[in-house]
This record gives sequence, structure tokens and C-alpha cells, in this order.
Amino acid sequence: MQSEVMFAGFGGQGILFSAKILAHAAMEQGYEVVWIPSYGPEMRGGTAYCMVVISDRPIGSPIVKNPQHLVAMNRPSLEKFAPVVKPGGVIMINSSLIQIGSGRKDVDELRVPVTDIANEIGSVKAANIVALGAFAARSKMVDFEILTESVKAEFAAKAKLIPLNMKALERGRQAASS
Amino acid sequence: MGKILMKGNEAIGEAGIRAGCLNYFAYPITPQSEVAEYLSHRMPEVGGVFLQGESEVAVGYMIFGAAACGARVFTTSSSPGVSLMCEAISYIAGAQCPAVFVNIMRGGPGLGGILPSQADYFQATKGGGHGDYRMLVMAPASVQEAVEMVMTAFPLAEKYRNPVMILGDGLIGQMMEPVEFPEHLKSEPSNKDEWATNGMETRKSKKRNLVKSLFLDPVKLNENNLILKEKYERMKREEVRYEPYNTDSDYRILIVSYGTMSRVCKTAIDNLKAEGIDVGMIRPQTLFPFPEDAVFQAASKKSCRMALSIEMSMGQMVEDVERCVHGRCPVKWYGKCGGEVPTPEEIMDVVKSCLS
Repeated sequence: MQSEVMFAGFGGQGILFSAKILAHAAMEQGYEVVWIPSYGPEMRGGTAYCMVVISDRPIGSPIVKNPQHLVAMNRPSLEKFAPVVKPGGVIMINSSLIQIGSGRKDVDELRVPVTDIANEIGSVKAANIVALGAFAARSKMVDFEILTESVKAEFAAKAKLIPLNMKALERGRQAASS
Repeated sequence: MGKILMKGNEAIGEAGIRAGCLNYFAYPITPQSEVAEYLSHRMPEVGGVFLQGESEVAVGYMIFGAAACGARVFTTSSSPGVSLMCEAISYIAGAQCPAVFVNIMRGGPGLGGILPSQADYFQATKGGGHGDYRMLVMAPASVQEAVEMVMTAFPLAEKYRNPVMILGDGLIGQMMEPVEFPEHLKSEPSNKDEWATNGMETRKSKKRNLVKSLFLDPVKLNENNLILKEKYERMKREEVRYEPYNTDSDYRILIVSYGTMSRVCKTAIDNLKAEGIDVGMIRPQTLFPFPEDAVFQAASKKSCRMALSIEMSMGQMVEDVERCVHGRCPVKWYGKCGGEVPTPEEIMDVVKSCLS
């Protein structure tokens, strides 16, 4: 069993970090993991993206043409990557910033206003964690309890931010199940 | 210690420290800069030295200086930066000093691009700098293997008193994977008193050590080159490493591929197997010494119709594959070299077109 998710958005939206937390959780759960960032010039201003591959056996190709899932934090990312998502996957759309849909009928489209929710709970910077919570709850790619622990572990150096991000994760989960 | 999720570049830096190397000099360049970034704060923590040179030319000679004194030392760079270091690498090899160089390759020639590539195969395995020298070259295919190879590289550099290169590509440096670090190595090169310019006070022998690559007497220079040649022949006997994949099957196509590219090939091989097509692979873990015999034996298998060298270069390793296959079957090349990593689907199509 192998699954993949593409996180995509503007540089600065915390794409690489939320993807890293998911990868961390998958590792803690005992999976093989690869996290691959985009490191081209597109990071400065355009779309930043990051792929996480998890598997129950050693991962061959780290490069995946058609990921199973997509987390799109801005419109250019959705337009660019929605067409390559595998049928049956989850496409999580940040509906605060994206007014259009994926245009796909063969996927599980999840619209969550993650930027608005983050603002509501105190910081727009937590939008990536709201998105992570929503995506993880819907896709069940990793165990949610382990993911929660991984968020805490990744914020260990900035412990005062843990309560905010716990709230962000939980609000994401609620949005995905409502 | 359990597994930790780490970026290839940072893991390479940490592996250097755990190999007992407390001297790291470098100049930043994408896609390798995180090694320098990591060691800029990590080296002072462990009492080591991090120094950013004014250029890669300077870094090459800083490495030479430290190595000549018997210090364990390494640097990391990416393709254009390594080109600038090649002169110093030649001097280090000629003067028989141990040092470790890591090249996280990007596309070339010239400034090229910053995305993954394997286009420095010739530079690493056939020279780069001038004169009759070789480097022991290891090519990791995962972050874990990069760590293990870096930690093996120091003792090997000291065993042969020769530069060792870790040849990774941009993806090996940039991706994160879970890693587990082996135990720390001892920090001192064991036989350094015999050759290093480490001061008379600390060593038993009062013989004067001289580190040099200049031999104006043609007989002496020939002698030095014979010593080097004997070391390279010994590497060929003792240091060859490779991983066979699906070679127990009756494959008609044999792939030879290394590094990130070999992982893509593994997925293609698994997918093809599910379709009923067997493909074998030899993954060289050392590029010099090249697994000559393994490639020859694998290509000599009765079922094998063709060998395919798949690389992120325009056809460099294919020359070694042709040499080793020795006419047992036709050899073809497939590759890309602009920063795009070929997908498993692409490799499957290439294999199928070779079979039709």
C-alpha cells in the first residue's frame, strides 16, 4: 500500500512545514516516508509545492506523476495539480482563497475556508495546520492521534504556539467531518 | 536513538560529525546549501570548525591544508562548485592525503540549472582535475544510504590516503526520509604519524614528513604514479559495492542505474513484473571502482537480450556499461538531463520499446 499527497500553495503559506508534520506522523506510525519539496525558482512568489509519499514497504521512485491526494492552498495550485490527482483521492480546497472547484467528479472534493478559520482562532499563520487537520481527517492517511502528537513535537521549540495549533488542527478536523 | 525525519543535506552534515570529522569548509550553492547551513551551527556545538571560504577554489585548498596536517576534513558542493575544486582534488590525490568531497549534483554544463542531475559522472569517475588520479566514488540512493556512505568515506579516504567522493543528486540532498545514525567513529586517522605534517612533538617517529605533489625528477614522478595506480587497483579488488535487483529472474532486459534514478527504475521493474515482464538491475553503489564483474555476469545471463544504462545525464555511465558488458549483448542508453527526473511510467515505456 502506497499513498501520496501533494501540498501546494504560495511560498510562505507553510506548505513545506505542514507536509513535514504529516510525514513525521507517518514515520511515527511505522510507515516508510519520503518528503520532497519543490526547490526551484518558483518558490519565490509563485506556487510552492511539496509531495509526501508513504508506504508500508520501501519506497522506490520518490517522483510520483499522479498523487492520490491534493491539498490546494491557492488557486494556481488547484488549477495546476487538480487534473493529475488519481480518481478517488481527496482534493482539499482552501475555499477562503479559491472560488472555483476542482472540476473533477471522480474525486472527494473537500472545501474548507482554512484561512478564515485561522484568522478566527487568532493567526492566519495557522491556516496550514487547519488544512492539515481537515485533510488528515478526511483522507485518513495517518492516524489522527499520532498526527496530533507530531504537531506538538514539531512545535516543541516554540511551545507557546502549541495551544493555537492544537485548536487549528481540531477546527480542521471538525470542518472535514461537518 | 530511533529514526528521525531529516533532509538529505542535513543528514549528510550530521553524518560527517558522527564520523568524527570536526573540520568542514564550504561555499554555499543550491541544491547543497543546507549542509553548510546545518554545520554552521552544529560544528561549534561539538567543538568543530565551520568555515565559509571565499570561493570553492579556496575551499579546495583549505581541505588540502587540513588533510595534510592529518585532520579529518570534508566539504560539500554542487556541480559548478566542484568544478572549481577539481584542481585541489588533483593535488590532494597526488600528495596522497585523505579527504571527503560530497557533490550534490545539479544540471550542467555551465551554470545549468539547480534541479537534480547525474551529469558529473565523468568528472567524478574519470578525473575532473588533471593527471593520473582517481577518486573512490560512492552513489547513495536514499538519505539513509547517504549517511552510511559519508560515515564509510572517512575511513576509506584514510585507508587509501586518497580523496573519496559521495556523488548524490539534488533529490538526495533535498528530500526528507527517516534516518537512523550509526555509532560515532573514532576521530583520528590511525596511521597519520607516518605521513602527516602534524608536528614532531606529538609523534614517536622523528622522520620528517613531507606532503607534496611536485616531483620534477621523471623517475620519481613515475614512481609516485605507480603508487597511486597500485592503490586504484586495490580499490578495484576490495571496494566494489553494488545491489542486484530482480536478477534471479529470467530477465530479457538488464538495467544499470544508480542514485535517485535507480529508485525510479525499481518502481518500474516492480510494475513491469506485475505485468509479467521481468527486468533485472545492477545498481552500482560505487561508481569507481565500477562493478565490472557484476555487470558482465548479469549481461552474460542466457535470457538477457539487452543492457540499458539509465541515467540523468546524456550518456556517461553507458560507456562503462558498454566496456563491462564486453559485447555480450547490445547496450542502449536512456536518460534526461535538465532537472526532470524520468518517471517510472517513462522507464516502463522505454523497456517495452526495447522488447518490441
